[in-house]
Amino acid sequence: MKPTDTNNPDYFHKVVDCQWACPAHTPVPTYIRQIAQGDYTGAYLTNRASNVFPGILGRVCDRPCEPACRRGRVEEKPVAICRLKRVAADHKDDIKQYLPKKPSVLNGKKIALVGAGPASFTVANDLAPLGYNCTIYEKLSKPGGLMRSNIPAFRLPEEVLMEELNYIIDMGVKLKLNTPINSMRSLLQEGYDAIFVGSGAPKGKDLNLPGRWEDKKHIHIGINWLEEVAFEHTKKIGDNVLIIGVGNTAMDCCRTSLRLGAKSVKVMGRKPRSFFKASDWEVEDAEEENVEIIINHSPEGFITKNGRLTGMLFSIMEHDIDADGNILNSKSIAKVTIPCDDVILAIGQENAFPWIEVDAGIEFDQWNVPIVDKKTFESTKKGVFFGGDSAFGPKNIIWAVEHGHQAAISIHNHCRGVSLKQRAPDEIKLKSTKMGMFEWSYSNSYDESERRKMEHVDLVKRFSKLNMEVEVGYSPDQIATEVQRCLNCDIQTVFDAPKCTECDACIDICPVECLSITENTHNEDIIRKSLNSDKNELNQSLFISEELKFTNRIMVKDENICLHCGLCAERCPTAAWDMSEGIVKIHHADSQDTEYVSEVIK
Amino acid sequence: MTSFIKPRISRKSAPKNKIGLTRQDYDGTMSTLCAGCGHDSVTAALARAFFELSIKPHKVAKISGIGCSSKTTSYLLKEAHGANTVHGRMPSFATGAMAANTSLTYFGVSGDGDSLSIGIGQMIHAMRRNANMLYVLENNGVYGLTKGQFSASADIGSVAKKGTVNDQPPIDPCALGLSVGASFIARSFSGDREQLVKLIRAGLMHKGFALIDVISPCVSFNDHKGSTKSYEHTYKYYSKLVHADYIPPAEEIKAAYDVGESMPIVLHDGGEIILRKLDPSYDPSDRSSAFSKITNNNTKEIATGLIYINKNLSDMAEQNNLQERPLNQIPYKELNPGLDNLKEIQKSFR
Repeated sequence: MKPTDTNNPDYFHKVVDCQWACPAHTPVPTYIRQIAQGDYTGAYLTNRASNVFPGILGRVCDRPCEPACRRGRVEEKPVAICRLKRVAADHKDDIKQYLPKKPSVLNGKKIALVGAGPASFTVANDLAPLGYNCTIYEKLSKPGGLMRSNIPAFRLPEEVLMEELNYIIDMGVKLKLNTPINSMRSLLQEGYDAIFVGSGAPKGKDLNLPGRWEDKKHIHIGINWLEEVAFEHTKKIGDNVLIIGVGNTAMDCCRTSLRLGAKSVKVMGRKPRSFFKASDWEVEDAEEENVEIIINHSPEGFITKNGRLTGMLFSIMEHDIDADGNILNSKSIAKVTIPCDDVILAIGQENAFPWIEVDAGIEFDQWNVPIVDKKTFESTKKGVFFGGDSAFGPKNIIWAVEHGHQAAISIHNHCRGVSLKQRAPDEIKLKSTKMGMFEWSYSNSYDESERRKMEHVDLVKRFSKLNMEVEVGYSPDQIATEVQRCLNCDIQTVFDAPKCTECDACIDICPVECLSITENTHNEDIIRKSLNSDKNELNQSLFISEELKFTNRIMVKDENICLHCGLCAERCPTAAWDMSEGIVKIHHADSQDTEYVSEVIK
Repeated sequence: MTSFIKPRISRKSAPKNKIGLTRQDYDGTMSTLCAGCGHDSVTAALARAFFELSIKPHKVAKISGIGCSSKTTSYLLKEAHGANTVHGRMPSFATGAMAANTSLTYFGVSGDGDSLSIGIGQMIHAMRRNANMLYVLENNGVYGLTKGQFSASADIGSVAKKGTVNDQPPIDPCALGLSVGASFIARSFSGDREQLVKLIRAGLMHKGFALIDVISPCVSFNDHKGSTKSYEHTYKYYSKLVHADYIPPAEEIKAAYDVGESMPIVLHDGGEIILRKLDPSYDPSDRSSAFSKITNNNTKEIATGLIYINKNLSDMAEQNNLQERPLNQIPYKELNPGLDNLKEIQKSFR
């Protein structure tokens, strides 16, 4: 097989599973090392450069990084990446001096941003320091988008939200609250150089079953209801509440109901738990608060008496599930009525653009979702861009941030007459971490501690106020232990084939046997066999070296199981292996023109 | 020297053998040998072979003498029985242990100094008795522990690190073994893990004395230009004579070898050692052709693989009618014949 091209920035980037899995490619191991060194401010700024809202995301991110974490291949639980992000945000110093400022001379370009959510704020964050005049339009009286209206304050306190939004507002971004945009056509006529639509997917799905319209007052749409609670229009709910749906919104609804005085809250799912859309930890947190999770109940109708909701009718389902966990067949085996005072529907949300006129020049597909370029985020109308949930339907905050970064590059190019396709490619810098005999500039020894458990405010106390934050954050001891669990996957094993004397020392020392020297063949299966490599994880790369000088064999490494402990490099008598920090440079709008050449610093 | 430790990590997807152990369960303490030492590869090959054969670590006795090589036994099978004995006395110690308990799997690790100088008499007699053990001789041609003097296995013309040229003939442990009656003789190279693991598997399952002479370069004192036991030299002149592998009785023999070139040898447990000859004219069961193959070698070629095997020779336990039951499991009453019986026995000698 051909030697691996490690100059391709994606090769080493992919090895850092958490960073690769993060839509915004946050350099996780870098910030965890900064936390380990007590540099919370540095860790915060590292985060902010990629994901803009470390304090917010450190609490409520969907954490695509954690299931990807290499640690999860060694033991049950990944590194608490998200919690450590919050650590950086909680313990940082005043960071205002390190943030980009509004330039004294603007560039004369005006950008309109629709919706004050994470996507629009990210665009503003990237463009305002470059001299763009950004105006955010928001229909509600406070900014934040779904971060404010859908995420309850007991998970995300308002101070945290406002702190991070204010950093961006302070860059000279104009925020027009209580200003809904009712017409795209008239917005287009206001002379903006570009328009960004980040208005989310604001329409909660309804459940049109018998009895639905007989009691409108006690049947709620989840996201609308959460918004009413967030803006204090709704302050109480009945004793017995049913939540229909098993996503993260359902978990927020059930926990919010408890805080509004509900005595008994049941979350009703149609399928078994393995099919739940909610993150495991959100389900766990709800159960800790004595929310009942009921599976295999499919809603059939609303039961009312004299126009007042009294219960819901469900079919009890039986599912035929195959070995791979797919449902082959479902059937109803019985019917049951569960009494309740209120029902909250949390079964999904969709895009809605009643304010974009048919003839505004923006094309929509058959599901009424705008046609948006997946790379440039431009709609079919030049100069109009979409991002966040409004682009491709509901995702999450971290995706909205990444959409914002990409849309900002497009807007920047659009405004200075550069092709939208001309985007600075990702780059990688490699820097040796060797400091001397058995000395590396990172903590390479394997720490076998298990994941630290986040402490919660005790049950009685947490219901005293609607906005009492439940998670208390990590203690100093927990921080010190958790940071050591990170395997430093960004410290890459870099192999210099001509130096190798084929003594096998690296292969022998490797605690997970991820190395092998073998005959070169075109058959990847044979090469994998020499490694005892797990075939089920073929999405992980094999490193193939150039041919070695004595026998023309090749050094092979299975990136899947490598723990980046550096023992191969410590043991190599000729320093053919080196542990080099791979710094992935991902360009945002501000560095599109910067000359940054991939280089290897030895 | 090292200042780091190899962590014990049992990764979720680690393959397990028939008795549910992972390869890591066959590890020992962290090696303190020089980085790049061939002996570490031998350690790894031994651990792999024991893992693949699903041998219970506590049913193994690992014995060694003195020298860099003799440290090997610490670096694997930490649950096994083991002893570092007096310099060169490993074969005698192992013979004695075997006499008391034949139920364990015995393997000894020694070096060219331990085996071919101070302990040569011990080794010869263990071979002569056909003691049922694997004897791994880590051969690097120098006394590494005392900074690189030539050992008794240094080739004529080999150059020491400081420039001295050796002109005394080497002792070839394989030729020595052939002459005194060892029943399994092989040569390998620490750099050829694939061959070495298979030879170790076969050697462990062979009933009788199994000698594997492993060329195992000394990175500190004998890995330079002019050395005939360096990595570079060995890789250059290394040639495979016979492939050998042990196939357990339960496993179907899948590899189809050409008739005439393959030679299955059925062992006492019903398993087979499959030989595959790369030189069709060579017969590893013929002692004289084996002897001439390794002694009449005019090229620099290093013949490796299973050089000689004789499965019909009875081993020490058989020759001496040793009990299968270990002595420590025989009750005292049975073990001690009593005064009256003793008198009877003594009478028979009068």
